[in-house]
Amino acid sequence: MRHLVLSVCLMLLAAPLAAFDIEDHAVFGPENASRQVRVLSVADVDVFSPVIESFRAAHPDITVDYTVAASTAIMTAISGEQAPFDVVISSAMDLQTKLANDGFTQSFRSTATLSLPDWARWRDDLFAFTQEPAAIVLSRAAFAGHPLPETRQALITVLRQNPDLFRDRVGTYDLRSSGLGYLFATQDARTSEVYWRLTEVMGALGTRLYCCSSDMIDDVASGELAIAYNVLASYALSRADLTKVAIVLPEDFSTVMLRTALIPRNAPAPVLAGRFIDFLLTSSWTDADVPQSPLSVSSAVFLTNRDRFRRIRLGPELLVYLDGYKRDRFLEAWKDAVLQE
Amino acid sequence: MRFLLIEDNDNLARAAVDRLSLDGHVVDHAGSLSEAQDFAATTDYDLILLDIMLPDGDGRSFLKAHRERRAETPVIVTTARSEVSDRVSVLDLGADDYITKPFDFSELEARCRAVLRRRGGAASNLKQLGDVEFDSLSGTLRIGDNSIRLRNRELRLFEVFASSPDQIFSKAKLLDRLFSYDEEATENAIEVYVGRLRRHLQGSRAAIVTVRGLGYRLTVT
Amino acid sequence: MSAAPVQGSIRRRLLVQLLGGAMLLAVALFIIVQSLARQLAQDSQDNILTAAASAMLDTVAMQDGALQVDLPYAAFSMLSSLGNERVFYAVHAPSGLVTGYQDLVPIAGTGTRFDTRAFRGEDMRLITATRMLALEQGPLPVTVTLAQTRDGLSRTVDQIVAMAAALGTGFFLSVAVLAGLAARTSIGPILRLTESVERRGPQDLRPVTAPVPAEMAPLVGALNTFMDRLKISLQRSEEFIADAAHRVRTPLATVRTQAEITLRRVEKEENRASVREMIRAIDESSRAAGQLLDHAMVTFRTDHLEPETIDLGALCEDTVERLRPMADLRDIDLRVTLCARPTTSGDRILVQSALRNVLDNAIKYSQPESEVDVTLRARSGMAALEVRDRGIGFPAGGPEGLTGRFVRGANVEGVVGSGLGLTIAEEVARAHGGHLSAQNNEEGPGACVTLCFPSA
Repeated sequence: MRHLVLSVCLMLLAAPLAAFDIEDHAVFGPENASRQVRVLSVADVDVFSPVIESFRAAHPDITVDYTVAASTAIMTAISGEQAPFDVVISSAMDLQTKLANDGFTQSFRSTATLSLPDWARWRDDLFAFTQEPAAIVLSRAAFAGHPLPETRQALITVLRQNPDLFRDRVGTYDLRSSGLGYLFATQDARTSEVYWRLTEVMGALGTRLYCCSSDMIDDVASGELAIAYNVLASYALSRADLTKVAIVLPEDFSTVMLRTALIPRNAPAPVLAGRFIDFLLTSSWTDADVPQSPLSVSSAVFLTNRDRFRRIRLGPELLVYLDGYKRDRFLEAWKDAVLQE
Repeated sequence: MRFLLIEDNDNLARAAVDRLSLDGHVVDHAGSLSEAQDFAATTDYDLILLDIMLPDGDGRSFLKAHRERRAETPVIVTTARSEVSDRVSVLDLGADDYITKPFDFSELEARCRAVLRRRGGAASNLKQLGDVEFDSLSGTLRIGDNSIRLRNRELRLFEVFASSPDQIFSKAKLLDRLFSYDEEATENAIEVYVGRLRRHLQGSRAAIVTVRGLGYRLTVT
Repeated sequence: MSAAPVQGSIRRRLLVQLLGGAMLLAVALFIIVQSLARQLAQDSQDNILTAAASAMLDTVAMQDGALQVDLPYAAFSMLSSLGNERVFYAVHAPSGLVTGYQDLVPIAGTGTRFDTRAFRGEDMRLITATRMLALEQGPLPVTVTLAQTRDGLSRTVDQIVAMAAALGTGFFLSVAVLAGLAARTSIGPILRLTESVERRGPQDLRPVTAPVPAEMAPLVGALNTFMDRLKISLQRSEEFIADAAHRVRTPLATVRTQAEITLRRVEKEENRASVREMIRAIDESSRAAGQLLDHAMVTFRTDHLEPETIDLGALCEDTVERLRPMADLRDIDLRVTLCARPTTSGDRILVQSALRNVLDNAIKYSQPESEVDVTLRARSGMAALEVRDRGIGFPAGGPEGLTGRFVRGANVEGVVGSGLGLTIAEEVARAHGGHLSAQNNEEGPGACVTLCFPSA
């Protein structure tokens, strides 16, 4: 899947001058085309390229300029530097919400946006086009002879019972650097006290901290990690070596993140941005013959396990954990639990 | 003929009774409705003369009751009111005719005759004078198989003679009976009508004879 | 009948009042619903803002000499219950901003205060709530300021306002329809009364007995009283005419009868002549009186013409039959020819009276043992009653002027008459939209009088 399209180029050097940290950059379609939609996203190029390709197939005259950055960097880019992007795609719902709440977005209405259910749209500014649950990814090899834990409580039990087996082989997000990890953690903590117990158990085992889901999955697949907690299931599902890992959506509750798109207030091409968002929404919300987005999980999963999945609600409450005091307080508690210094 | 005169004005009633008697009629006078009803119930009249305005009620109510009794006696209404206002309702109520006061008695007689003729007549109107049979109602003279229809004035003239055969009638008196008072008629006119009657009576035993200087009389041999 | 002067219209006044009232009510309804909706929306937002602000204030605490704020997630969830509204918050201490949005300035004042103002380019509802933190060195005022957009609320309010407008309009329209109906219904009895009075004939002076609304009772009462008086006055004039006739004629009848009796009894020719003179005088005056009264009655009736359909053929035969005994007295043959059987619309008594007067004249002025022909014809929409005699005819000057009152022909010396006969006949013909024509016969002696009436 990687770099299948000729017109795709890695343009790290040619990336626009920016103060924020750009992780990757790709242009789909002719460069310097008159019609260009500039997308700023947290998703890796290779994860997102199939979507862009099918968009290009539908709109061959539109070039997609795709920039990858961390969610916090995106926040800086849009709210701080007012960087000229047409579409911002991020899994960090809190930051996306803050952008929209604080007025860094422009509203957009179309048939596609209006047909979204209430939970998938905030005002006319934020549109969800995937719902992705946080999963526990387990190494099948490590769990040989043990039943796979289906709940957090079961995980705590197995960790406590086999401290030697799992010592230094448990991974999770470093909340200090990962926006998504922080979002998942705060939502978990809000939902159940079991989160803190699990964190403490994990901390006692010398949990390793990661920046990104893909890295954790890589380490689980290689056997370096036995457990990765709060990993995006979609990332795990998209891997070729699926047999080595087990993906567990905890039965007590699975926090579901919505990947959202927005149009920044100063978007140079808001019309094309709208076109792009419409495409994202229609391809993920309808069963059209566009290839299923690798980022979305089939909606059937959500339908059959309605009680288990806790969809994070879009809304100003997401601002709460972004508050400095709140964040400090939360991270303090987390550090106490995980680092156990 | 036998009349019932219903009239509340006594002077007029007396005069009318007298006048009708002159022509040989028998008249009962009723001054009120109740009196009239008593008379009508006990006596058969040939004709009823009914005044419309009566002290104890409207003549119309008598008329109505009379017709409801299915009484056959013809009624001639006498009225002193305007013709225009009264006549229609009176006729509608079943009066046979009406006459406005003051009236010429010859007109009254003519109307009576017309009414009785319409009603089909009475046998008592037949008078035998020798071989001449006189029907005053239809105005015909029958001599043997020969029947003669008299004209009105001839009839009225012959009626005068027939009422008292052998009585002498002066030309002047006959003139009064035959002509209305506004007609300028001379005694010659009487001679014309007498001449006509004589022609009708030719070949019969009745004849109108001239009584020189006095007038005429009817003789039956 | 002349139209009454018109000032205003009850129906229009009723409509204007009802519609005006409805308009006022509709506008009032709109304003009330609108302000109520706004008030309600504002109140609910204020309540939520108050709850959220006080929840936030509760989490402010002094810890290790520094102010700490632990934003309650629930407070913000509460705020989003109003819809997808943007939210801004700021916590201030006397020393300045503790946390939140730098540019959100607290509302000046004390206690919990609200304001609606533009913030970041949008219309927002603001609340500032204060809490005194009890510290060792004294109370420390801490304020929480919340700002929330009102998009969803305004949208909801707008919807309610639109609904109120629709409601008001609907209310107005339905009231308009009802007002129309009401105006028609309330005016209905008046129209019905008018119609029933108009439908009546001139002789129909019965009181109005159909039930009417209470408001109209005085009017109908007055109308009935008026008609009563009118009826009495009409009856009086009719009775007066009849009475006058009665009073004149009865004594005349007595005198005439006495005279006739006297004539029978008196033998002396000169006495007889004077009695005859007397009778003639009586006849003349009674006839004049009769015709005068007839004329008065005709005038009275033509003023109150009450038309009915008249079969002129039947009327003709009937009238002739009534006059036949008079004609018989002079051996005059009355002949009736009905060439047609037209009808006319009019007063039967008047038409009969007209024909009787014409026939009366014809009989009076005819030679004895002659004929009078009555012919009924229909020609060009008119019914013509023609009376032809073989009498003396009109004088050499022609019949002109003979229809004037009391005008008699120059050649009628010795015939009793008042000169009103043709006058009456002509007036009747005129009153019915017809006319009377009179001329001498072209062949032979005699006159021909034609009464024309419009065919019905």
